[in-house]
Amino acid sequence: MSNVETQRICKPGDYRSDVKPIWCPGCGDYHVLLSFTRAFAELALLPEETVVVSGIGCSSRIPAYTSCYGFHGVHGRSLAVATGLKVARPDLTVVVASGDGDGYSIGGNHFIQACRRNVDLTYVVMDNRVYGMTKGQPSPTTEPDFDTALTPGGTGLSPFHPLVIALASGANFVARAFSGEPNETANILVEAIRHPGFSFVEVLSPCVTFRPDEREWKNQVHPAPVGATSDPAKAARRLMTDDGFNIGILYRGERRPYQAQIGPKSVDLSELEKDFTL
Amino acid sequence: MPDTDHISVAIIGSGGAGALTAGNLLLEAASLAGWYGLLTRTIGPQIRGGEAAALVRLAKRPVNCLADRFDLIIGIDWLNANRFGGEIEVGPQSLVIGDPSGGDLPAVMAGARPRTVEVPIKDLAKAIPEGRPNMIALGLAAGLLGLDENVLSAVIDKRLADKGRKAIDAGNAAVKAGIAAASHLDLGLRLARPQPSSARRWLVSGNETTGLGAIRGGIRFAAAYPITPASEILEWLAPSLARVGGVLFQAEDELAAINMIIGASYGGTPALTATSGPGLSLMTEALGLATAAEIPVVVVDVMRAGPSTGIPTKSEQADLNIAVYGLHGDAPHLVLAPQSVSDCLFTTQWAVYLAEALQAPAVVLSDQFIGQAVVAIERPADLAFIGRRSIATPAAGTYKRYALAGGGVSPMAIPGTCGGQYTADGLTHNERGTPTSNENDHKVQLDKRRTKLEQFGYGDHWATVEGDGELAVITWGSVTGAAREAIDHLRGSGVEIRLIAPRLLLPVQPERFKAALDGVRRILVVEQSHGGQFYRYLRAHYDLAADVRLLNRPGPLPIRPSEIEQAIALWRS
Repeated sequence: MSNVETQRICKPGDYRSDVKPIWCPGCGDYHVLLSFTRAFAELALLPEETVVVSGIGCSSRIPAYTSCYGFHGVHGRSLAVATGLKVARPDLTVVVASGDGDGYSIGGNHFIQACRRNVDLTYVVMDNRVYGMTKGQPSPTTEPDFDTALTPGGTGLSPFHPLVIALASGANFVARAFSGEPNETANILVEAIRHPGFSFVEVLSPCVTFRPDEREWKNQVHPAPVGATSDPAKAARRLMTDDGFNIGILYRGERRPYQAQIGPKSVDLSELEKDFTL
Repeated sequence: MPDTDHISVAIIGSGGAGALTAGNLLLEAASLAGWYGLLTRTIGPQIRGGEAAALVRLAKRPVNCLADRFDLIIGIDWLNANRFGGEIEVGPQSLVIGDPSGGDLPAVMAGARPRTVEVPIKDLAKAIPEGRPNMIALGLAAGLLGLDENVLSAVIDKRLADKGRKAIDAGNAAVKAGIAAASHLDLGLRLARPQPSSARRWLVSGNETTGLGAIRGGIRFAAAYPITPASEILEWLAPSLARVGGVLFQAEDELAAINMIIGASYGGTPALTATSGPGLSLMTEALGLATAAEIPVVVVDVMRAGPSTGIPTKSEQADLNIAVYGLHGDAPHLVLAPQSVSDCLFTTQWAVYLAEALQAPAVVLSDQFIGQAVVAIERPADLAFIGRRSIATPAAGTYKRYALAGGGVSPMAIPGTCGGQYTADGLTHNERGTPTSNENDHKVQLDKRRTKLEQFGYGDHWATVEGDGELAVITWGSVTGAAREAIDHLRGSGVEIRLIAPRLLLPVQPERFKAALDGVRRILVVEQSHGGQFYRYLRAHYDLAADVRLLNRPGPLPIRPSEIEQAIALWRS
C-alpha cells in the first residue's frame, strides 16, 4: 500500500458507515464496534481491502456498521465464508465477527476446524452468555442455573470453555478482551490481526437487556497477571485455572499459517484434456 | 455368425477380485481398436469383499445407456452375485461363463436359462506366475469379441506400468491363456466393425467431464466434503484446479463447503462444490443465502438412491424436488441436468456461465449412472461459455449493490474495489444492501431476482428436442440416453416419435416448451423416480394439453430402451 493511500484513512470514524445500529442502549457491542474502528485505524487498513464477515445474532450485525466490505450470512457459518474468501483472496484482511450462540453452538464445529486449519483470519466472538436476538435463551457459555422460559430452572449444563477449546484445537493466538475497555480491546485486535494464522479473541460484551447482572463485569475484569506465552501447555494450565476475567493476550503460537498451493494462472486448458484422450 | 451393432459384457466377481479392472481394460482396448462403448460399475457398499461387476457395452456407434440384456457374462466367482438381483439382465441367448469352483449361478440368472459353460478361470490363473483370474476373464472376453491381442497388450503395458514388469508379464500371459480358452467357445454374435473416424477420441467418466466443464466455465475455487458418488469430481478437480491457478479445499462438512464457495465467489472467484443428496440437503439454507445476496455458485449433485443414506452406490433421479423446491422463501435459482457423460461437460460449463451472468446459484443434477460411467466418445465440441459476471467500478458513496435498474442483474463490487464497499446480506435489503423489513423493499427485490432469471436468453440449449410425430417422450437427465435409443430403434421401423428432454429445469421455459409440444397429442413421461417427481414438475409448470402417461421406476434398476419401446407400443395400440 502506498503512502498516499495510508494517509487517506487515519481516523477511526472513517471506518464507520452511516447505518444506525439496531442494538439496545447500553449494549456492549457498541464498544466492540468502536474497538474495531480504532484497530483498523491503528493498522491503517484500507476499507476496500478489509472484509468483516459474520453470521446471525446481535453481534453479527456489525459488518454493515463499518465502511469496509461486509458479509452477513446464515447462522453459524461465518468462519466457512471467511475461510473460502481468504483462501481465494489472500490479499484481503478478513475479520470474522460472531457471538456465543452463533460461534459456539450452531457454528461449534467450524470453530474447531478453523483453529486446526490456521488460515490467517481474526475471529472475534462477542460473548454475552445469552441469545439476545431471540430474547434470552441460554447459550453454550451460559451458567447452568440461568432460569429462562425455554429452560426453566436452568440447563444444568457446564459452560463451554471457548479459549481452552481454541487452544486445544490449534488456534495460533488466543486473547480475552472486555468491551467496556475499548482501547485495550482495540490494542488486542491490532495484535490479533497482525499475528499470522488463526487468531481468536473472546470479547466479554454484556447484554444489559437479558443479562443485567453482566453490568458487574466491569468490576470483575482485570489484566492477566502474566504476559502471553507461546507454550501451549503453560497456556492451557493458565486458561483452565483462571477466573474467566483475565484480560489480555494469553497465547501466541508459532504455527505456520495455512497456505493454499495455488499454481500459476496461465496454463493452457487443453492440457487438462490430455488425461482423457485415447 | 450374425453381425451385431453392439455387444454387452458383464464381468462379475467379489469386491477386490478385479472385475472392475478387467472391465476398464476391456473398454480401453476396444476403444483403441475403434469401437465406442460404455462401462458402468455396480458395486455393493463394502470396500472389499462385497459384490462387484463391470458392465461393458461395446458398439460401432457412441452409446449412452445399457442395452436390454447382456450377451456375455463372465463370473470370476458367483459368491455375492445374487445381490445384483435384476441389474444384470440375462436371456436364453446369453452365454454365461463360470468357474467350476466359483459357486452356483445366481437363481435370478439361471432362471432365464442362458447357455452356460464352465472354464477353470482360477486354475488357468494359478498356472501363470502371479497370474490373476480377472485377467483370464479379460482374455475370455477379448477372445470372444475378436479383440486384437496387440492392442490389449498395449493397454496392459500402460495401465499396469506402476505395478512393475512382473505384473505386466503376468497380465499378458493370463490374457493370452484366456483368449486360448475362448477359442473353444462360441458367443454366437460378431460385433460389427466400427465406422472409420478421424475424430479425436476420449475415454472419460461423467464426473471427469463435469470437472472439466467447471474449469472451462471459469471455476477456480472448489470446496467440498467427500461423498459417494461425487468424490471423483473432487479428486479430478484437486490437481486440475492447481494446474490452472485455482484451488480445491476439503471442508469439514457440506454446510462449510457451500459457505466456503459463497465466500470465495463473494471475493470474485467463480466457485463450485459437488455432492450427493444428503449433502444437498445440508446446503439448501446457504443456497437461499446465495439467492438473496446474489452470489453466483454452482452445486453439482450426483444423485444416488434416497431418501436418507439410501443406496449410495446406485443411481436414481429423485433429487429433482429438493433441487427445485428445497429452498425456503421464494428463491428463484437455476437447476440444470446433463443428459450424458459428454453432456456433463457442456451442462456444467453452461451452469457456471449462467450462474455468473445471473449472479444466482445453479444446481446441476447429474447422477451416479452418468457420473461414474466411463465412455469412449468423440471429443465434444468446444463451446465458448465462459462465466463473466457484471462487475461494478463505482464512485464512492453512490454505489447500490442491489440497484433495480438494468433488468435485475446489478453490477457486483469485488472486495478490493475502492468505493464499492457494501455488505452482502441474507436479510431482506434495499438497493444499497442495508437490511430492511419494509414491504416495498421486500417485494421489489423479490421481483428483481425473479426478473433477471426470467428475462435471460437461454437459447436452444434449454432442452434436447428431436424428431417429429404426435407422440412425444419427455424425459430428463441420464434417462435421455435410453429414450433416444428406443426412439431411434422405432424410427428404423418407420415410427416417428418426438424426444423432449429439458436441460434447464429452472427457470421454467413455458413458451419454448409450448413450441416443442406443437402438434403433440400424446405424451409418455419417463423417469427414474418412485414418486414421479418429474411428471409432477411437468404438470405444475407446463400446459401439456395432451394425454399423458408415465413410465417411472425408482433406482437402482436402469430404465432400458426396450421398456420405453414397449410403453410406446402399448400407447399406440
